[in-house]
Amino acid sequence: MSGAMNREGRPTRPVEASEAGRAVTATVTGNRGLTVEEPLIFEQDNPGAVGVDLPEPPHVRCRLGAVRPRGRIGLPSLSEPQVVRHYTRLSTRNMGIDTTMYPLGSCTMKHNPRLNEKMARLPGFADLHPMQPMDTVQGALELIDQLAHWLKALTGMPAVAMTPAAGAHGELCGMMAIRSALEDRNDPRRRVLVPESAHGTNPATAAALGYTVDSIPADARGRVDLEAFKAKLGPDVAAIMLTNPNTCGLFESDIVAIAEAVHEVGAFFYCDGANFNAIVGRVRPGDLGIDAMHINLHKTFSTPHGGGGPGAGPVVLSEALAPFAPVPAVVHGPDGRLRLVEHAEGDFAKSFGRMKGFHGQMGMFVRALTYILSHGADGLRQASSDAVLNANYLLARLKDVMTPSFDGPCMHEALFDDRFLKDTGVSTLDFAKAMIDEGFHPMTMYFPLVVHGAMLFEPTESESKETLDAFADTMRALVERAKSGDAGYFQGAPYHTPRRRLDETGAARNPVLRWQPDMPAREAAE
Amino acid sequence: MSNVKYTQDHEWVRIDGDVGTIGITEYAQEQLGDVVFVELPEVGKAVTKGGEAAVVESVKAASEVFAPIDGEVVEVNDALAGEPGLVNSDPTGQGWFFKVRVKDASQLDALMDEAAYKSFVEGLH
Amino acid sequence: MRYLPLTDADRREMLAAIGVGSVDDLFRDVPAAAHLDGPIEGLPLAKSEMEVERIVGALASKNLPAGSVPCFLGAGAYRHHIPAAVDHLIQRGEFLTSYTPYQPEVSQGTLQYLFEFQTQVALITGMEVANASMYDGATACAEAVLMANRLTRRKKAILSGGLHPHYRDSTALLGRFIGFDLVRPDPDPQGGEDLVSLIDEETSCVVVQNPSVFGQIRDLTPLAEACHAKGALLIVAISEVVSLGLLTPPGEMGADIVVAEGQSIGNALGFGGPYVGLFATRQKFVRQMPGRLCGQTVDADGRRGFVLTLSTREQHIRREKATSNICTNSGLCALAFSIHMSLLGEEGFRRLAELNHANAVLLADKLASVPGVEVANDSFFNEFTVRLSKPAAEVVDRLASADRERRVLAGVPVTRLYKNRPELAGLMLVAATETNTEEDMDALVEALREELR
Repeated sequence: MSGAMNREGRPTRPVEASEAGRAVTATVTGNRGLTVEEPLIFEQDNPGAVGVDLPEPPHVRCRLGAVRPRGRIGLPSLSEPQVVRHYTRLSTRNMGIDTTMYPLGSCTMKHNPRLNEKMARLPGFADLHPMQPMDTVQGALELIDQLAHWLKALTGMPAVAMTPAAGAHGELCGMMAIRSALEDRNDPRRRVLVPESAHGTNPATAAALGYTVDSIPADARGRVDLEAFKAKLGPDVAAIMLTNPNTCGLFESDIVAIAEAVHEVGAFFYCDGANFNAIVGRVRPGDLGIDAMHINLHKTFSTPHGGGGPGAGPVVLSEALAPFAPVPAVVHGPDGRLRLVEHAEGDFAKSFGRMKGFHGQMGMFVRALTYILSHGADGLRQASSDAVLNANYLLARLKDVMTPSFDGPCMHEALFDDRFLKDTGVSTLDFAKAMIDEGFHPMTMYFPLVVHGAMLFEPTESESKETLDAFADTMRALVERAKSGDAGYFQGAPYHTPRRRLDETGAARNPVLRWQPDMPAREAAE
Repeated sequence: MSNVKYTQDHEWVRIDGDVGTIGITEYAQEQLGDVVFVELPEVGKAVTKGGEAAVVESVKAASEVFAPIDGEVVEVNDALAGEPGLVNSDPTGQGWFFKVRVKDASQLDALMDEAAYKSFVEGLH
Repeated sequence: MRYLPLTDADRREMLAAIGVGSVDDLFRDVPAAAHLDGPIEGLPLAKSEMEVERIVGALASKNLPAGSVPCFLGAGAYRHHIPAAVDHLIQRGEFLTSYTPYQPEVSQGTLQYLFEFQTQVALITGMEVANASMYDGATACAEAVLMANRLTRRKKAILSGGLHPHYRDSTALLGRFIGFDLVRPDPDPQGGEDLVSLIDEETSCVVVQNPSVFGQIRDLTPLAEACHAKGALLIVAISEVVSLGLLTPPGEMGADIVVAEGQSIGNALGFGGPYVGLFATRQKFVRQMPGRLCGQTVDADGRRGFVLTLSTREQHIRREKATSNICTNSGLCALAFSIHMSLLGEEGFRRLAELNHANAVLLADKLASVPGVEVANDSFFNEFTVRLSKPAAEVVDRLASADRERRVLAGVPVTRLYKNRPELAGLMLVAATETNTEEDMDALVEALREELR
């Protein structure tokens, strides 16, 4: 049935996949070589097995008070080899930066250095309790202080709040500082201006704090329309929330004028630092007139994305906002020793308070400082240069077959829209799914909202020219295929992944958010 | 169908006596994609023309549904809780959202009739 | 530089393809005055891997690792033994370096473990549904109050005097800025506070920690009933999740929302972060739950798979109307939790809890025999409050800076958690976990005996 085989058992001619061929290659398990079907941990319960060895508890009088010991929980029992195999198999069903180019716009999927991981795991950091006496953790406090110093120097800002747990948390921090500053001078205001291209966290944060969100339109060049912006400014505006470079991958050329106009009406300039990777080491946002900016350590400073978290979002602050920064904060004591200020008192009497438990994402601080020290001021500048170069190179290699949304060079990310797919029957989503089969993680889709079917590519400085060329060649081939009328191929993609397209409608209409003992295993239909 | 009027936000209202039945149009459901959930107002709630009355969710988007006219909600479509897909399959029939007691029938004059809405939609492309 | 693949030859070729002379040309939109023409002055330049290791390692060695001396610190973060397999598995590159699973076809690894995590959290808390994790217990608590306010359409939350002050303060912050009221009874070391009398028709929720920050355990069933009678919700916070291996879970006592700090399972102390917040509730409240949710579905070939779902609650879609502004969950920390839970299983989790409680009872009995030490709790899980005859903060500092042999991390002085409360100066929180040996305990006893003579 198959092509002729030579004596070593290798086919002498390529084999055509046929119905019979597919039937012959079907497996008993449904597994396909290294791609293995892996049940839920709950479906592998082996009562009596255990994955830990704990000693017998000493016999003591129970002191649990009025509460009785609980009955059966329903957790599955497995041995260590089974658990290791389960999670190892699960991991093989993921793409990661370690496996392929991941050009998600505004996510900065750069290489996650392993030195970061090694340093974070030193017992001198990993085995520190957050409430140890401060004399026993001077090295940890010094690390936080050093990272704070770097962040201030790189941004040209005088102060930094280190505690926010993620970028969105940092936004909350910056906007709370702004609102506190306005209340402190008895000038509460009602409106916050946000560009229509902004990430959803910006208006969500402003609205959560009670502000009315007013949208600023973009001009034909994809930047904030300066005149339209000025027309919306007034003494009732508390702040503008601007991303720079913006979510279209463009530097806001009028940013200094914007900052001046904002300050003229007594408002504050919040900068979303998600795209700091384009300018780190080359431009200090403080020089542009910002008052506050959150920094995503998991973007610009290489801490791992971990499948969705944890992140860290320290916020640099101006002189005017610094007094309102949250606690805890690391300060230098009179005796030269470092300590944590944990309550709103003394120099921190005006602090707006505490944002979370303990004092910050220390594990991410260790990683970020390790990364920063590795690059240094010159290396960081080179990294942002390469990031911008890589994005422009991709733009140059693709702009004749795809439709860039704006003319001219981009910063660290290149924005296209779906005009080049017009009348092909292929959507941005379909195109992205075909990229997956080619072994690349897709770009960011449908964001920003200001163009139709947005495709935002951020290669980062971690991609080699060879990878970019392979990527560009693949994209060009896919465009050609889309234009040749092969819409059906794209609409059915991906074909070669552990799962094909998934029914998200069904998942939302009938949410099943946990395993239940009476659920059928494996093929569970609606 | 002459008792049906339309808004520029793609809501329709069908008048029967002093009760108006309100839903979203065929065009709207197509733009939204598969509807997964509808948040309906409470019976008895007063809605105002142009004010948010309901929310319709698809997988990737959530859209406000605005009341085309002032009124008091007298009935909501409970079927949508179990079958939100009715909004997609029958947006002008079984996929209705809520009914109001009409306060001011003259507000209907400002809305589009079927022909006007049809050409409005064509002009959107 | 080893992280940057481009060579100078590459850069030249690429600039030529783009059609500019230098990279500076690509920054033409930057105002000239702000465009630095060299590395920022006063900052160090690149260092080799060896040098960086030396520098960062030196900072690490200036700290006293908790495990290098007898350690009895708790107060919301607990020192547990993490099985070796956990840390290896979370460092698989496909877990470590992947993004949020927005392309589910190539994220089934992440999505499946999130589904398993959500199930584990629901099981241990005794609730119907859980989310894919929050930043930590304190922020989960604050978000729970917001959720209760939305559900009840009321704006007054009662925060127990036994609630960890970090949770209380994180919640108060949102109260101040988002606009709701708080009733905050005083810190309650004795565990005798009366919350029921504070509940009225304007109360959206009562937030109580069990065991409390002082270690007291109570049956919350009467409180749950009192809340529900007035149309309010009961939120239960748990800062030591191992307690759920032994104690009746909040779900069985009538809780409407359970929030917890998950750090104890799978995650090192790490000097305070990153940690992992757990959030669980009733099925009927699921659309008001903050944070990410993973749901089961099928793919085009009819096979079971998983996707992020109910996304329209989240900020990137609802924007101004989102249930919260939260973007990230605690991904890798949730994975660590889930792997550790899988290794523990039904018997292991229970035994871990029994060990913790037994060690704490042993320690409490030993400490009670020391003159100047009084154990304040009737009940506790693995942490209790002691009253010392001298201010606890000084005692703790002296014991932590004693000579090698006698050095002990004795406990957390309660005054560190509360500002301006001199009446609490003699109190100290003491925790014992499975990692404490009897030698550790005797060392603490001896140290205190010396100290308080």
